[in-house]
Amino acid sequence: MKLDVAIREVRDAETEVAQELNALGERHKADHDVFHVTQTLQRLVRDNLEALAPRAERHDVPVDMDDAPEQHRQGLVDKARGRTSELLGRRPETGLLLLRDLRKLHLLYAEASIDWVLLGQGAQAAKDQELLHVVSRCHPRTLRGMKWTVTRLKEAAPQALTS
Amino acid sequence: MASRRVDRIADPWGTRTPVGPGEDWPQRVDEYLVPGAQPERWIQTASVLHSNGDAYDVAVQGGKLVGVRGRGGDRVNRGRLGPKDLFGWQANASPDRLTRPLLRQGDSLEPVGWNEAMDAIVERSRALLSEHGPGSLGFYTTGQLFLEEYYTLAVIARAGIGTNHLDGNTRLCTATAGEALKESFGCDGQPASYSDVSHADTLALFGHNIAETQPVLWMRMLDRLDGPEPPRLIVVDPRRTVPAQRADVHLPVKPGTNVALMNALLNELIAAGQVDEDYVAGHAVGFDELAEGVRGCTAEWAAEICGVDAGLIREAARLIGTAERLLCSVLQGFYQSHQATASACQVNNLVILRGMLGRPGCGVLQMNGQPTAQNTRETGANGDLPGFRNFANEAHVEDLARVWNVDPLQIPHYGPPTHAMEMLRFIELGTLPFFWVSGTNPLVSLPEAARIRSVLGSDQTFLVVQDLFLTETAELADVVLPAATWAEKTGTFTNADRTVHISDTAIEPPGEARADLDIWLDYAKRMDFRDKDDEPLVHWHDPESAFEAFKACVAGRPCDYSGITYDRLRGGSGIQWGGERLYEDGRFWAAPDECETYGRDLLTGAQLEPAEYQALNPDGKAVLKGAEYVPPHEQPGDDYPLRLNTGRTLFHFHTRTKTGRAPQLQSAAPEVWVELCPADAERLGIGEGDVAEVASARGSLEARVRVSGTREGMAFLPFHYGWWDRADGRSRAANELTVTAWDPVSKQPLLKAGAARVTKVANAGGESAPAPTNTASAPIQGHVTATRGGREAEVAEELP
Repeated sequence: MKLDVAIREVRDAETEVAQELNALGERHKADHDVFHVTQTLQRLVRDNLEALAPRAERHDVPVDMDDAPEQHRQGLVDKARGRTSELLGRRPETGLLLLRDLRKLHLLYAEASIDWVLLGQGAQAAKDQELLHVVSRCHPRTLRGMKWTVTRLKEAAPQALTS
Repeated sequence: MASRRVDRIADPWGTRTPVGPGEDWPQRVDEYLVPGAQPERWIQTASVLHSNGDAYDVAVQGGKLVGVRGRGGDRVNRGRLGPKDLFGWQANASPDRLTRPLLRQGDSLEPVGWNEAMDAIVERSRALLSEHGPGSLGFYTTGQLFLEEYYTLAVIARAGIGTNHLDGNTRLCTATAGEALKESFGCDGQPASYSDVSHADTLALFGHNIAETQPVLWMRMLDRLDGPEPPRLIVVDPRRTVPAQRADVHLPVKPGTNVALMNALLNELIAAGQVDEDYVAGHAVGFDELAEGVRGCTAEWAAEICGVDAGLIREAARLIGTAERLLCSVLQGFYQSHQATASACQVNNLVILRGMLGRPGCGVLQMNGQPTAQNTRETGANGDLPGFRNFANEAHVEDLARVWNVDPLQIPHYGPPTHAMEMLRFIELGTLPFFWVSGTNPLVSLPEAARIRSVLGSDQTFLVVQDLFLTETAELADVVLPAATWAEKTGTFTNADRTVHISDTAIEPPGEARADLDIWLDYAKRMDFRDKDDEPLVHWHDPESAFEAFKACVAGRPCDYSGITYDRLRGGSGIQWGGERLYEDGRFWAAPDECETYGRDLLTGAQLEPAEYQALNPDGKAVLKGAEYVPPHEQPGDDYPLRLNTGRTLFHFHTRTKTGRAPQLQSAAPEVWVELCPADAERLGIGEGDVAEVASARGSLEARVRVSGTREGMAFLPFHYGWWDRADGRSRAANELTVTAWDPVSKQPLLKAGAARVTKVANAGGESAPAPTNTASAPIQGHVTATRGGREAEVAEELP
């Protein structure tokens, strides 16, 4: 059984999404909806990790919720980012930076999504009903976040690319 | 016939004409004339100071307005008028109306001729179009102009310039109504009708202080409540509003918890087996997912979150679940709160689950705030395409391009049209160097006023403001255009129950002021917008020809105006498009090739792809769309322990540009105030009339305190007060405190969210708060003089 490999991939991918959501929200605070929706999406990632944790532990994969911050951390790094956000808040290039960051987030979501697919396939083959249940509950939440990145990119691109 | 004289400031809803279920609502013709007036003519119009669409005539004498009289034969009001209808018209004659165009010269605005002003606008438009393209021009309009004007503006913006940046301030009032209808029924369009009040056995008001926002519709409800077999009344509102005092069940939920309450109500209905299973099976999709989503949302669970008694939630669910004719209405308490569309959709879900659509006394009224907001949605001046077309459906865009005879690519449809708050963001970023504001005052009405001032006050953007007065926003403009207003121009508009009225020209505008329609026709001519055949794109020349052009654009669409003409609108009653109620046959405009939207995720706003919608709803049924409750972003804490709630009062409209200039209305609510409940007031050592500082993380203002029946843990501020009539120019705008945030689906700003603190600054000194005593701001302690209008507010009521 190598299900632990697939579980670890999912855990790492979701954790990376959470961290990028945190960083992106902080960096683009002046785009208020981005800031707020990334907070909402962080909550979904935490829900996913919490749902995965009990199954993961059976396969000796620890899930540390501290790696997926719930609120925007007020550490030094983030304060610096917040300042950058204020400085950049009034410059046209900010539109392009938002595209770049959302694109990166989208790709991280895509990675997490395909990792859920792989885990689902593994769970089916292993006839692990409980794990399958976790996958079917969590994967849609990841897709939700990914779809938001597409919508937000589509909305932001025209102005950023033609102004 | 009996006639009475009533002080309609002291008694805003006037004399009752009680009525039983299914009976015709009796006429009561309200008339107000200035003393000694002898009208020469009566000219037909309807309300422009709220969304109810009360029909009336204005009296004209010597080229001036001298009074008003309700139209007894009209289906909407049967002759009744509200306080703003009765007294608001006086603002037309204010001595400080704008009479000449103004052009910025350094720090001042100087009077110029129309040619010079329009040349400046056209020159800037042309230069930007050629250098930066259509995305460099943006338009922000209102919910108070006429259909013909919005349609002309929409054609200019979408097809003439080809910009995606056109929105109305309806984003603040009705965006969620439209979006919730689209999400649930596939398309915009008010399902129910005001006449359903006459038939309903249960009325449920969700965040809708109807007594103050639509006083005439409340009169209709009052006449039912005082008549035989009165309907049962459920009110969800954190304030002790006038309807709340009449309610069988009043749920004063904490601001920001509407979805939790709604999910519990849905769960109770499903658990009690009160779902109309045949209706749902035949006419809706998504039941299983909805039921799964609300399982576990018990009354106790919601009671904890909402801060209301679980027994009350169960009782409300029982009334809704046992209703035979259920009419729900929804307004700003839901629309301007966090999770706006999600909560409004859950009200739609209630009526769908109970099969309460398309029958007398049944349905939902997703209300509007402003008089002509409905028309911004129909004409596409609000951030939609005209005629409820779907921007993501290529066939719909091609159809629109056919009507306008332009290339489909000229009409921006690569994404949803840019909403107001995003336009402000583009101005902030410096990518929107041209912004034309018409009939609205964003400096006072948009959230986080300090930010709006700094964004619109920067020289990065060429700001055009078209208005009646030198508003707070106009003072920052590069060009100010003096506009004619209601009664000085002709046009049509549509109320919140799809009733179309005509408003004819009664008097001349002051000085050189021009109708908004004429301003835009002039702009189109000067810009020389052409269609594919090199013919003028805007090929109409007056209100009636503009109306006919709009009719051609929406023919065959859900909001089909075919058959409605200026002639038919003159003389009788207003006319509803779509008939008395929509969806009588249980069919919706929701099939994949018909729907106005493929839908969005209610939590994040992510758009569904066409294929996803096709799979979800291939047969075009209603969509039961659930949403999980999530807490508001900003929660009360140590520094700001109260929840902030901003809203309106009966006697004012928007930023008071008109109602502040009508003496009876102004003296009924002359100044800003802040409301606290007795427990909070006592804890803070504050009493009635004390002066307090109200502050949030964004800003602060000073106001006298009214100790009222609002819920604990909340401070309420009316949003109408800016600084145009303050000698010291200091802001007292509630939006100094509000947060820049909006609903992810409808993009409606969250004006009823955020945290605040209230600190005493000075003793009352014998004065009480300048708040009305006969509305939701009624005092519950201390000796406060009752709100009265006296002789100046006496209105003749002609009763049957």
